[in-house]
Amino acid sequence: MTLPLYVPVASPVHRLSAGVKLLCLAALAVLLFARPTLTVAGAALVGTLAVGLGVARLPVAVLARQAWALRWFLLALLVVHALTTDVASGAHTVLRLLTLVLAAAVVTATTRVTEMVAVVERLCAPLRLVGGRPQRVGLLIAMALRFIPVLVERADRIRAAQAARGGAPRGVRALRTTVAPLLVQLLQMAHDVSEALDARGADDVPAHRPRRT
Amino acid sequence: MRFRRPGAAPAAVDVADPGRGIELRGVGHRYGDRVVLEGIDLRLTEPRVGVVGANGSGKSTFARLLNGLVVPTDGQVLVDGLDTRTQVRAVRRRVGFVFQDPDAQIVHPTVAEDVAYGLENQGVPPDERAARVAEVLERYGLAGHADHPAHLLSGGQKQLLAIAGVLVMRPARIVFDEPTTLLDLVNARRVAELIAGLEQQVVVVTHQLDLLDGFDRVLVVDGGRVVEDAPPGPAVATYRALMEHR
Repeated sequence: MTLPLYVPVASPVHRLSAGVKLLCLAALAVLLFARPTLTVAGAALVGTLAVGLGVARLPVAVLARQAWALRWFLLALLVVHALTTDVASGAHTVLRLLTLVLAAAVVTATTRVTEMVAVVERLCAPLRLVGGRPQRVGLLIAMALRFIPVLVERADRIRAAQAARGGAPRGVRALRTTVAPLLVQLLQMAHDVSEALDARGADDVPAHRPRRT
Repeated sequence: MRFRRPGAAPAAVDVADPGRGIELRGVGHRYGDRVVLEGIDLRLTEPRVGVVGANGSGKSTFARLLNGLVVPTDGQVLVDGLDTRTQVRAVRRRVGFVFQDPDAQIVHPTVAEDVAYGLENQGVPPDERAARVAEVLERYGLAGHADHPAHLLSGGQKQLLAIAGVLVMRPARIVFDEPTTLLDLVNARRVAELIAGLEQQVVVVTHQLDLLDGFDRVLVVDGGRVVEDAPPGPAVATYRALMEHR
């Protein structure tokens, strides 16, 4: 699945605080599973699309990419349900999952990562009581989002280098021949990134950092 | 009342003296048994200092000594009088560092968020932070990319972003470790022009000798020692002569 990043648009959804959006997302998830009816799931999907495309004015492609990336998984889910229970309950399950994924996409596309991270840091504030640093948790999340595409790019580069030298392994062998050099590269990169964090004052974080805007 | 152990170093005092520049006193560094640098005594006060040398000559370690990323195993490195061993945080606030590979330096998913990272660490208030980020992005032609994912930028834009992330912190000195190695000619020229226009003291480690045009001083590092310390013309001639005999 692709990770939708912030899509800058001046909309009321964008202006809403990250905490409220995450609460709404959690409430939607609870509703979908507490009231498992086709009407509720259908209405939630329509509502999600209305908020995402109508109010937040996100490009259709942002949401379509999420649905498209899930197509095989959703299809498999439908088939399994059709074989084990019935098609209607399969369609219902698919509808609920698709709605949740699209709602999550609307939240991430309308919220800056720093705002999301600030919410996580506030939730992790009790860690301070045991000597933990919530900022570190926030940084961890931001860095995970930042380095997923880099990781994919590095893996592609390794596969391309192998292909250029006549290697075109498939299956488990492909996994093995890609994973080992990728791990070596990632360890080197982890060292470089830790140096960069030091150079940019990662250890300099004040005990109570001013809130992000 | 607190007593100091006999022979212990005096408590570090975080008072910088900007006129002193960067001083290396009897500096050496080794990784295990391997000597990487030795016998370096220098004082760098010139606005533009270049460092050249073959691969593995120790120049990247030399660069990392200047802002405390590497602490010398022998001797002492002082930045404006601050010891990199005992006052590393104060040193890093004064000396920015730009790495060769911007992908390793960009730690946040979007452009503006990444530029703001160093300021967050310094505890700069949000309003001032936003203003400084906007100003730096505007100055380096990245304003239109503020909310774009960093991984979608071109190589040249990523290097500009990495430099912007350092400049926004307003260090007094900046160390560049091979800043143009991964760039095409156009972007390399752009970065060279950017470096030439900086008001800060700049130390540039590079293999691209034309980057050193107009520099005040160039150090040639070979086998872990500074074998030449001169203006660009004679220093580059020494470097070329060294390389021809390999």
